[in-house]
Amino acid sequence: MRVLMFGWEFPPHIAGGLGTACYGLTRGLAKNDVQVTFVMPRAYGDEDQRFAKVLNASDVEALYGMDGEDGLLSQMTFIHINSNMVPYISPEEFERCGETIHKESVSQKEGLASRQKGDVWKERYTFSGKYGTNLMEEVARYAMVAAEVAREMEGQFDVIHAHDWLTYYAGIAAKRVSGKPLVVHIHATEFDRSGEHVNQSVYNIERAGMEAADRVIAVSNLTRNIVIERYGIPEEKVVTVHNAVRFGSSSAVETERGVKDKVVTFLGRITYQKGPDYFVEAAAKVLKRLPNVRFVMAGSGDMMNHIVRRVAKLGIADRFHFTGFLKGDDVQKMFSMSDVYIMPSVSEPFGISPLEAMKSNVPVIISKQSGVAEVLDYAVKVDYWDVDAMADAIYALIQYPALGKMFARKGLEEVTGLKWDNAAAKVKAVYESVIR
Amino acid sequence: MKTVCFYFQVHQPLRLKKYRFFNMGKDHYYLDDISNRTIMQKVAQRCYLPMNTLLLQLIRENKGAFKVSFSISGLAVEQFREYAPEVLESFRALAATGCVEFLAETYSHSLASLIDPDEFREQVKAHAAMVKKEFGQNPTTFRNTELIYSDQIGEMVAQMGFKAMLAEGAKHILGWKSPNFVYANDIDQRLRLLLRNYKLSDDIAFRFSDRGWNEWPLTVDKYVGWLTNEDMPGDVINLFMDYETFGEHQAAETGIFDFMRYLPKAALATKKITFATAAETAANHQPISVLSCPHPMSWADEERDVTAWLGNELQNEAFNKLYSQKEKVHALNDPGFNYVWNFMQCSDHFYYMATKWFSDGDVHSYFNPYDSSYEAFINYMNVLSDFIIELDKGMAQLSASKTEEAVTTKRTVSSKSGATSKAKAKTKTKTDDSKADKPKTKRRQTVSA
Repeated sequence: MRVLMFGWEFPPHIAGGLGTACYGLTRGLAKNDVQVTFVMPRAYGDEDQRFAKVLNASDVEALYGMDGEDGLLSQMTFIHINSNMVPYISPEEFERCGETIHKESVSQKEGLASRQKGDVWKERYTFSGKYGTNLMEEVARYAMVAAEVAREMEGQFDVIHAHDWLTYYAGIAAKRVSGKPLVVHIHATEFDRSGEHVNQSVYNIERAGMEAADRVIAVSNLTRNIVIERYGIPEEKVVTVHNAVRFGSSSAVETERGVKDKVVTFLGRITYQKGPDYFVEAAAKVLKRLPNVRFVMAGSGDMMNHIVRRVAKLGIADRFHFTGFLKGDDVQKMFSMSDVYIMPSVSEPFGISPLEAMKSNVPVIISKQSGVAEVLDYAVKVDYWDVDAMADAIYALIQYPALGKMFARKGLEEVTGLKWDNAAAKVKAVYESVIR
Repeated sequence: MKTVCFYFQVHQPLRLKKYRFFNMGKDHYYLDDISNRTIMQKVAQRCYLPMNTLLLQLIRENKGAFKVSFSISGLAVEQFREYAPEVLESFRALAATGCVEFLAETYSHSLASLIDPDEFREQVKAHAAMVKKEFGQNPTTFRNTELIYSDQIGEMVAQMGFKAMLAEGAKHILGWKSPNFVYANDIDQRLRLLLRNYKLSDDIAFRFSDRGWNEWPLTVDKYVGWLTNEDMPGDVINLFMDYETFGEHQAAETGIFDFMRYLPKAALATKKITFATAAETAANHQPISVLSCPHPMSWADEERDVTAWLGNELQNEAFNKLYSQKEKVHALNDPGFNYVWNFMQCSDHFYYMATKWFSDGDVHSYFNPYDSSYEAFINYMNVLSDFIIELDKGMAQLSASKTEEAVTTKRTVSSKSGATSKAKAKTKTKTDDSKADKPKTKRRQTVSA
């Protein structure tokens, strides 16, 4: 079985959970004898190529004139989107890459103008690889290149698999060109990213992708329900395949703990979706009762400054620490220094990070509004808005060591059972159901 | 005849290194030695050394008619000793001329006057002792960090025996009054106030090289013309500025050194101007009125208040958390802790956390090692958190040893009834003495550790 897969990021160049999930999944698929051709906007040249053949979409020459047939470009309206719409990059990164993208889109417009003269020539596309100022234009260009990829690879794949809305037009285009079935994979919906203030253009692309797909894979039942209820997709078309966690070389880093106090950790993007503000309020409540606790917020994001100010205002800045964005070994180091891990997400389609924490023997508290809550028994589950319950749970895991130890031990067993191989087998079954 | 009083502020903070959460509990060395050394040596090359040489030359040439005043923070002096001893030498040479006055301030360029009178007095004493040791003068004039002044602060300063104090000639305090007179503190009128003429001071400190300024280029003749202007009221002109103005804020290429080279002679030639130190200026002129200043003012920013350091919740949190450690630091009286306690109080740390960036953004960002105020806050709090852990450890040890002592004392003394309390008191003072002896010997070690 051969899959043409469209993604947006792949390790080591990851900014969010999507890249990690794609990596685990493609590995699992490889083990299940599925060949994956992974198409992503920018290949940096050093991706781990053992499990997926990475095609640099920027290197694929796209023929002009093809969009006239399927009318993808003309269906779309191009809009400039602002940075809080941007889920996976920090505002600073956005600032930095915004400028280059703008330049590129200007040259792109010139290209479009010359095309109207009926000039038929080839152009080498260059993608920025990040969410840009004129993201919709990028999405459309990606779709055009995708069609070209699909055409060149004719007969070399059996099914098309697209991850998240950025690649849905690409998936649709590839399907039209090749006639092969399309599976779209929902890692997050616009409702998770933006609450009720959805970006209509993004929503439209998401719905178009789901409607055009032969099957829709959701990462949790929570997400599956959103797909059915908010996007009007028939139930029988939507399958839940929970994410898993990879047990790899990154075994426990032995870190000497500097602080003797108990450490409660939040690790993730500091954005509305992740509920960082509820964590701060819960921390303040715990600190009123327990003097020997420290809270750590590891990550960066558009709410960071707001959170720092709130922490200062609450007068707990000597007990509430910020590490900034962590990568590589520092993540493991952080887990190994933690006594409690907390993910208070307001809306989390799945949420891989608690699994990583459990892998490191750390008891976790997760919000009931997360997909991962569906697959875990040995995690304390609270409503994201219930800061009292959150404070209670933190207090209990710290003050009653028997409880914390039990959660850590059972949690490790539980998380060991969540294998990408199994998730990939389910995905493979989905492929088989659409190919027949 | 007008008296011109030049006063220069010399200060360099001890900058903190990038201190992460992961360092906490393990790493107790907080300073960025490389950047502290680099900046000190750079500023020494560009400003302190050439300007000190020039001032020495001017004093000799004018045979005592040219005088200036300095205030050098304790943290700056420490860094001179460590990284640029030749600068300290050149200041001593200036002191030896008899035409240079060294003022007192807080040792670590702190904001203690705004929160803790006792701590404030301690630091002023420490600084005065340093001035005596390094420059052989007993300071009689005081200038507070960033020229922060209020009636209460002035009263404290007067009670400590200072005869004069410097302050900003802030418009919102002076109203229609001119800064070109000597004033007196509202509570204790023995304290005379010298107010900065910010217009004429900033003409040199800020506008000298500004080509957009309609008076550019500023020549010596033009400036002397302003100083001797008959229409300008008053008998004193107080020109207070950062010493780094010369060669650093205003680069040598702007001609700032040449300007200073010819200014004294040209000014003296008019016979309408004399130069005096701050103490002489204050002593030679009767205060014209009392000046009421109920709320703290400073020489910073358009607002001339203290919001550059204590204007947002980040600054207030860091400030309050720091000063809540005072009891522990004093109880322990450990030289290593005292050293950290000193440099953590330096006003610059709080300045980096400012979130107001209006007309003075340039000044704020000058020498600022952080990208944002939030980063500055996080780094400072990480360091402070580790310092608090160390203090708490020390306190735990102290109380443990005290109970032990008490127990043993009780045992030995219990036979001689009645003497118990006396003996206890004795042991206590003994331990305090041995601790107080430590600083001079041990400080070096803790610094380089």
